[in-house]
Amino acid sequence: MSRHSDAVQAESDAALRTRALESLLVEKGLLTTDIIDRVVDRYEKDVGPLNGARVVARAWTDPDYKRRLLENGTAAIAELGFVGKESADIVVLENTSRVHNVIVCTLCSCYPWPVLGLPPGWYKSYAYRSRLVREPRAVLREFDLHLPDSVEARVWDSNSDLRYMVLPERPAGTEDYTEDDLIPLVTRDAMIGVANIESPTT
Amino acid sequence: MDGIHDMGGMHGFGPIVREENEPLFHHRWEKRVLGIAVATPVPVPGGSRSNIENMDPAFYLSSSYYEKWLHSRIEGLIDAQVLTAEELETRMSLFRNRPDAVTPVHADPDAVREELASRRPVSSPGPQADIQPQFQKGDRVRARNIYPEGHTRLPRYVRGKAGTVVRFYGIHNLQDTVMPDGCVHRKQPLYAVRFDAGELWSESAEAENAVYLDMWEGYLEPAQSQS
Repeated sequence: MSRHSDAVQAESDAALRTRALESLLVEKGLLTTDIIDRVVDRYEKDVGPLNGARVVARAWTDPDYKRRLLENGTAAIAELGFVGKESADIVVLENTSRVHNVIVCTLCSCYPWPVLGLPPGWYKSYAYRSRLVREPRAVLREFDLHLPDSVEARVWDSNSDLRYMVLPERPAGTEDYTEDDLIPLVTRDAMIGVANIESPTT
Repeated sequence: MDGIHDMGGMHGFGPIVREENEPLFHHRWEKRVLGIAVATPVPVPGGSRSNIENMDPAFYLSSSYYEKWLHSRIEGLIDAQVLTAEELETRMSLFRNRPDAVTPVHADPDAVREELASRRPVSSPGPQADIQPQFQKGDRVRARNIYPEGHTRLPRYVRGKAGTVVRFYGIHNLQDTVMPDGCVHRKQPLYAVRFDAGELWSESAEAENAVYLDMWEGYLEPAQSQS
């Protein structure tokens, strides 16, 4: 059998298994198809990096909010309404001119869902999970992020039930920006810590 | 358990491959697996991660993220006696032979409303009067060199290494299936501990970096005890 037909076979097996599982759970009255639809809908439409971007933009423009966010991320994020059953306690890590934080989960693929949504494929990859803790600078260079020697790289391995999120540095040239102006500048990768946010004026 | 999932520091997985304009899901069934995993109101005995970690290593490595979830969910529901492997096989062959077979849809608007309204409490576990943290910010500690057989959150690469407590997170439940030797209570102080790269990776460490891990008190001992 060719590689291609192997892959097709594997996919149809997972699809079939999933369909069988769903139909049994629905029949047993444990789930309804609508509930599954609505959960999926939530992650396709509502819960994604835009939530995190709102948190970051608020922290950049409101020093009191930033203080609360760094002290108790869970509560400060809930202030903006980002709570849900899949939420976890979130710890926010501030990047500065001397410290660059980046997150990983070496044991699994734990990720701050309430603020960033579902993780990208590379975050779940064996390469990222194995390498970041051992060679963060080399990994970040692959993301085209070149940290100067004066900046310490701090890798946070999400091994407990806490979830981490990075508060990136506010880019230069945005002093006159409002919170709403700042939101579109904030990227998912910057909140994971594999990117910085470029100044819009350069 | 020291399984294939405990990947921190391993060599051999190559460069990090990023997919341009990656979709949220690659297959329709992945969405269903997400929905089922999030919404099925059945606790999985031992935790769904434990079922993933117990996969045969070759199967683990060749399975995608959502394939692992699907496997873990099915194993958990069989263990919880919600369904049997035979039932699932029978249903699969029904769909294999009759792809257009219709499954009854149990509409339940109340259940949908309840699911959407369900909220996890946002209050973090705080200090508890009856549990006094043994360590404080700034203390030198060492990760115990132990080899738990069940699910554990103590990665291999940190065992036996010395670090510094940088933050106390309050009291959290230890997630290990089997309590490490000497631990009596699941509720334990949880700390952020900083491990310098040189301590973890010796002369192969890169300059100017450190790894931070969440450590339950039962994973730690005072650093002096082995030095």
